[in-house]
Amino acid sequence: MSTHDKNTELERSDVPAAFEDPGLPEHRYRMGDTDPAANKRSERQVVVLFAISVLGAVGALVAYFALPLGSDPMSVRWATLGLGLGLALSLLGIGTGAVHWAKTLMSDHEVTEKRKPISSDQATRDAAVQALVDGARDSAIARRGVLKGAVLSALAIFPLTIAVPLIGSVGGDWNISKFRHTVWRKGRRLAIDPSGRPIKASDVTVGSVFHVIPDGMRDEEHWMEEKAKAVVLLVRLDERDLKGDQSPSGETWSYDGIVAYSKICTHVGCPVALYEQQTHHLLCPCHQSTFDIADGAKVVFGPANRPLPQLPITVDAEGYLVAQDDFAEPIGPSFWERLK
Amino acid sequence: MKALAARRHHRFAPVVLMLLALLATGALYAVMTPTTATADTSASAEDIEAGKQLFQANCATCHGVGAGGADEVPSLIGVGAASVNFQVSTGRMPMQASGPQAPVKPAQFTDKQVDQLAAYVASLGAGPSVPTAEMVDPALGSPSNGAALFRTNCAMCHNAVGAGGALSEGKWAPALWDTTPTNLYQAMLTGPQSMPVFNDANLTPEEKRDVISYLVEQREPSVGGLSLGSLGPVSEGLWVFVIGMGILIGFAVWIGAKSS
Repeated sequence: MSTHDKNTELERSDVPAAFEDPGLPEHRYRMGDTDPAANKRSERQVVVLFAISVLGAVGALVAYFALPLGSDPMSVRWATLGLGLGLALSLLGIGTGAVHWAKTLMSDHEVTEKRKPISSDQATRDAAVQALVDGARDSAIARRGVLKGAVLSALAIFPLTIAVPLIGSVGGDWNISKFRHTVWRKGRRLAIDPSGRPIKASDVTVGSVFHVIPDGMRDEEHWMEEKAKAVVLLVRLDERDLKGDQSPSGETWSYDGIVAYSKICTHVGCPVALYEQQTHHLLCPCHQSTFDIADGAKVVFGPANRPLPQLPITVDAEGYLVAQDDFAEPIGPSFWERLK
Repeated sequence: MKALAARRHHRFAPVVLMLLALLATGALYAVMTPTTATADTSASAEDIEAGKQLFQANCATCHGVGAGGADEVPSLIGVGAASVNFQVSTGRMPMQASGPQAPVKPAQFTDKQVDQLAAYVASLGAGPSVPTAEMVDPALGSPSNGAALFRTNCAMCHNAVGAGGALSEGKWAPALWDTTPTNLYQAMLTGPQSMPVFNDANLTPEEKRDVISYLVEQREPSVGGLSLGSLGPVSEGLWVFVIGMGILIGFAVWIGAKSS
């Protein structure tokens, strides 16, 4: 069937054996080419565009001197606006003027320029190959085995001077175990972020949200990194609303309706802090994972896979809230070595 | 007839007040309200009486005759004058329809009526009172400290400069551009609707004033030029894609078009 089609196609007489170069289309004259008045009008338009450019440049200079940067922040706004507008008009005038000039006044006759061949002629190519062959014979690399070994070793070892520092500076610290711990310890007080005031249990009224850091956070080595792991959201619920928390049997991790959960999302580690008082839902702004604070921070919506780890809390002799211990599990998103 | 009604109220007043005082004391112990929560004693008895009548006519349908609340409706005993002033002066209450979000709408009552309502609710149980003008004066606060506090406590819902943002299931945190300093203070103190409470132990009165000072500083005129609503990539991206790239495409078409 297909053979038959092919044959009939080949036999068709109205299709030429080879297509001919159709050549350039017929030149169409512009209005300015035939009408001197239109030509003059285009010239005036170009002049106007360049004049706009000059005015813009002068305007920018005037703005620079007339609108100095003062102590009032609003002066920055006006100075920037003046300079920017002048600069924009100046460049826009040059650009549009040049394009308009080229399109309306310069010759627009089509010309053809033949492409030059890319490869060199045969004699030059033969000479180049011969030079390489002569060089290889002169170095006698085929006979001198030690020399060959030496040069290959040198070339192979040299890249290490770049590769080793490059890999070394990717990160010197491969200690995974610190992902498992935060600076929370037994008896460490809960303090308000950012003021650092310790929090009394009686200060936390129902419906309150406290953004919490460990007391004395700034004295830690690398305190900002430690803070990024240790931040906690403290909420007090009406105890009738509290359905449960993460306390294992025999322990109490919350105190009088006050619960503390890690603020680092278990999805990809954004700070989860959009707490809705009425629904007790805690929303992550990045991917809308929603946790139910009244029910052990269980995931009720979104891509997070685990509840937020709970910080076990209690009060000390002076009535301040303190941690019972570090978090029972690693905070934040999953990592390979987490193993659960 | 009116005199008769007043006398009848007068006869039951001691019993009712005693009952409410007992309820208020119980509520107070239950929530461990901090010491700053004091009953507003400056209101006159006439104001309380007028407020009570306004309450019976406009609020009791949902909140109950004794303001004790119901299933989904919060009790107003112990919420204080600050909460009433915030909810009613911004038009959030009376609500158009029951739900978790109470949108701002034109206020239904005059300032005097709001004060009377607040006085009545405050008389039911001690709660936070309306802040004084000095407590909310933005000029007295420190905007830079306010910025640090706002970033930690408020920006996740209300946006970094208070432009508002979305919450879950159709709720939203409102923009704070037009909120009066007094209402800002009251919102932090009382935690209206979805918003949590920031009592005076969490954000001290001075810190609340710093937050107000920071927010007022963010308002128009914007020093950085056109703010496009301060909504971040959404409005800025729309501007760049529609206006910026539109102009570039326009120039490209003009350069490519054959001039006649």
